[in-house]
Amino acid sequence: MANQDNSHLEEAVLERQAHHGHDEHHDHDDHHGDKYQSNFITHYIFSQDHKIIARQFLITGMFWAVIGALMSLVFRLQLGFPEESLAWLQPVLGKWIVVSEAGIGKLDPEFYYALVTMHGTILVFFVLTAGLSGTFSNLLIPLQIGARDMASPLLNMLSYWFFFVAGAIMFASLFLSTGPFSGGWTAYPPLSALPQASSGSGAGMTLWLMSMVFFIVSVLLGGINYITTVLNMRTKGMSMWRMPLTIWAFFVTAILGLLSFPVLASAAFLLMFDRNLGTSFFLSEIFIGGEALEFAGGSPILYQHLFWFLGHPEVYIIILPAMGIVSEVMSVHARKPVFGYKAMVFSIMAIGFLSFIVWAHHMFMSGVNPFISNIFVIFTLIIAVPSAVKVFNWIATLYGGSVRFYTSMLFAIGFVSMFISGGLTGIFLGNSAIDIQMHDTYFVVAHFHIVMGVAAFFGMFAGIYHWFPRMFGRFMNETLGKIHFWGTLVGAYAVFWPMHYLGLAGVPRRYYSFASFDFAGQFGMMNKFITIAAILTFAFQLLFIVNFFYSIYKGRKQTEMNPYGATTLEWTVPIDAGHGNWEGDIPEVHRWAYDYGKDGEEFISQVTPMRENETPVH
Amino acid sequence: MTALVIILTVVLAIVVIVQIGRLSELAAKIRGEKESEAEGNKRSAYGMIIFMVLFLIFAIGSSMYYKNSILWYGPHVSASEHGSLLDDTFNLTLFFTGIVFVITQILLFWYAYKYRKQEGKKALFISHDNKLEVIWTAIPAVVMTFLVVSGLDTWNTAMADIAPTEIAGKDYVEIEATGMQFAWMLRYPGADNLLGTRNYQLIDGTNPLGQDWTDEKNLDDFMPSKIVLPVGKKVRVRITSRDVLHNFDLPHFRVKMDAVPGMPTYFVFTPTVTTEQYRKNLGALDKNGEPLYPEWHTPYDPEDLTSAPRWKKFDYELACAELCGKGHYSMRRVVEIVTEEEYNRWLAEQIPYYTSTIKKEEPAVTEATSVETDTTAAVTGK
Repeated sequence: MANQDNSHLEEAVLERQAHHGHDEHHDHDDHHGDKYQSNFITHYIFSQDHKIIARQFLITGMFWAVIGALMSLVFRLQLGFPEESLAWLQPVLGKWIVVSEAGIGKLDPEFYYALVTMHGTILVFFVLTAGLSGTFSNLLIPLQIGARDMASPLLNMLSYWFFFVAGAIMFASLFLSTGPFSGGWTAYPPLSALPQASSGSGAGMTLWLMSMVFFIVSVLLGGINYITTVLNMRTKGMSMWRMPLTIWAFFVTAILGLLSFPVLASAAFLLMFDRNLGTSFFLSEIFIGGEALEFAGGSPILYQHLFWFLGHPEVYIIILPAMGIVSEVMSVHARKPVFGYKAMVFSIMAIGFLSFIVWAHHMFMSGVNPFISNIFVIFTLIIAVPSAVKVFNWIATLYGGSVRFYTSMLFAIGFVSMFISGGLTGIFLGNSAIDIQMHDTYFVVAHFHIVMGVAAFFGMFAGIYHWFPRMFGRFMNETLGKIHFWGTLVGAYAVFWPMHYLGLAGVPRRYYSFASFDFAGQFGMMNKFITIAAILTFAFQLLFIVNFFYSIYKGRKQTEMNPYGATTLEWTVPIDAGHGNWEGDIPEVHRWAYDYGKDGEEFISQVTPMRENETPVH
Repeated sequence: MTALVIILTVVLAIVVIVQIGRLSELAAKIRGEKESEAEGNKRSAYGMIIFMVLFLIFAIGSSMYYKNSILWYGPHVSASEHGSLLDDTFNLTLFFTGIVFVITQILLFWYAYKYRKQEGKKALFISHDNKLEVIWTAIPAVVMTFLVVSGLDTWNTAMADIAPTEIAGKDYVEIEATGMQFAWMLRYPGADNLLGTRNYQLIDGTNPLGQDWTDEKNLDDFMPSKIVLPVGKKVRVRITSRDVLHNFDLPHFRVKMDAVPGMPTYFVFTPTVTTEQYRKNLGALDKNGEPLYPEWHTPYDPEDLTSAPRWKKFDYELACAELCGKGHYSMRRVVEIVTEEEYNRWLAEQIPYYTSTIKKEEPAVTEATSVETDTTAAVTGK
């Protein structure tokens, strides 16, 4: 946290900096950033300091997480307790609760689908992309590679503000009289293209598309910055093979984002053309609302290809940063080097590469030629190999360690458990033969919530608890943290594990009510159980939020610069560092990031020079 | 008032949380940070083991509890020919993933427990082990190859279209399902075994599928309100959509395919179990005369204990499995699998849509359109 009292000190630092050759990239921007630091607006709002921007991403992400979670609770109430009156929600949801003459309030089906859609969009993009990758890439890339800031602090600031605008537009769409977009987060046309098809596909979809375009710009600005920073601004001695796994993960994530999000942009623009300009990219031979539309020759499947060309890398954009964070946290708290560092890096690269050639596994049952699926099955199941390697390596990292169960470590272990559970069900879904039955059932819902929803959240929590002192100079409360962890671990499994059985029974996802079908309607008790578990799990997240904000102001103060005994550079930065991070020279790196327990020493910081006769790990 | 109570509860909850947090910190200070940290570490380590045991019990126990309700098992093995291949692939995958699941979860939590920080114990310095890593890269690779090969074999069998030499009516039955917001419209080819051509521009109130009446093949097509099929005969379902994406989903037959406007899709399958037989399987008794699957002997309507047991009321169902708008959850049709004779008898009773509605020979509205309006009414809640 930049300290006002330190401003003279910072200036002195900058003075010195200006005279140092290897800092020449930063001087210009740093001066800009710091010159205005005393001003509240430039410091906390339009800040160009990556540490502040990280906090902005984090707190905005938390805001959206609460909104998205509350939405899920409302539709879970509908699914778990379809008979109960929801009239008490009318003051908040207004006309979307239809109250019968008997006083029974029912959730409007249209709004149910709007909630499902918004929940997905918000969680995938705003929370787990911006909130997770945005926060930790910003915080850790400069700190862990030894840079004073991002390559372009200005683009970095814009990245946050484009995200903010995207969020503001999406938020506004919640208040439309026709409701927000309600055609699923994947926004498949023709449902998303035709206002006649669903009331959310009118103004709601227009705002959804606008919001997405702003969001894409945000991701691209952030991504290009992260890549440039990692490639060009590593401190002396920080070769690529000495980077912590967090940085590798953020780096590959940024590349994935940079290559895949523009494709979503193209899909969004073509969809806009179809909606507004009368083109037929995705539409053909449609009779709706009592009239035959003029569209001819388009293919809805084209949209699906474009969407999933982003959509699949997107799930790795979500999970890779979490993997990086978990590797780092595990190594620090097991007091052991992460097992198989190079294998971990190659796994990240392999996952990143493969993520681009598996997109059609979301489309096995969409009407594409079944022959095509053969190729996508092969590539999809190959991903299981690097994923398995990562899991084995995490487990091997624990082996022979001296595990300190800080809350961050608990969440890291929880992450691995979730990733195993959710990853294994992916082997079912990736096999097109099994997918015939599983496609679009609750089995899919269970799979992706565990493997990229809950797991990514666990990675995020591990990161927040671990680097909270780095962000706010204080610790989060451990007791509350542990209650939060156990509640979330048990709660998340209680919510999502039973959904496998729903899926195995063939129950389709995105059903407002299961009562129309005998095969889907037989799980009333389970649905109640899931809903109650979801409410309780949410309550535990409130515990986290209280802990978070309380600890910012009243948490135990960080007194040592390196409280965990970690080797990486972010812990060589003064507790109250301002913009520019290090006072004096940027430290030079002499070894890889995981010298824990080497030669009988508990840890050896990356800045410690190699001793005589010492053999580097690689 | 309720709002006030809620706000008060939330505020109170926050205060309690904060107090717990402060107390724990105070307690730690009094007892000495190191000691309380060691204590907490031990607690968490035991927590890991307790969780692991409970989690595995929960995972295995819940699957036992639901085994007669989920498809793939017991009475619910596939009711179609290709479906049993799918079931085999599923079970094979479950076998391998089940082993990996149990081993990795146990190792994860066990190691976390075993290698907890303890006084006087130091962490080992192991950075990598190439031999070990090669082994655990190779094993998943081999297992995956095995699963891919068997999976693709099943897939290509299941998705095969009708061979050009096969003759409609003789070697297979062709029917058509058309998704619309929010119902499935069904069409049978009638006596000539051929579906007539359609043009979406011709759709209107009396011609919901846009059939071209100048095409003679259309004149004997009929539109029933449920799918009736003969057991043991290959069926090719031509799947189309009139407006947005839908998905033709027959869970009991392991059939699923999107309905895409402007691009007909298909699914070929052979039903192997009649509805009657499926019901009997669900209601089967064991040697001692006890129900084999007790959950299927509970009353169909839980509020009316005298209603027929669930197994007697079982029906195959057709659903929509691709989000298509606010009535997505209600696109139900019943599927009935009958013997060849019953099927022929049923066929003989059906009246072509052209005869019944277009030529106005019969005043009654067809069954199909009346059901369709019913569903729409149900959706809008009127």
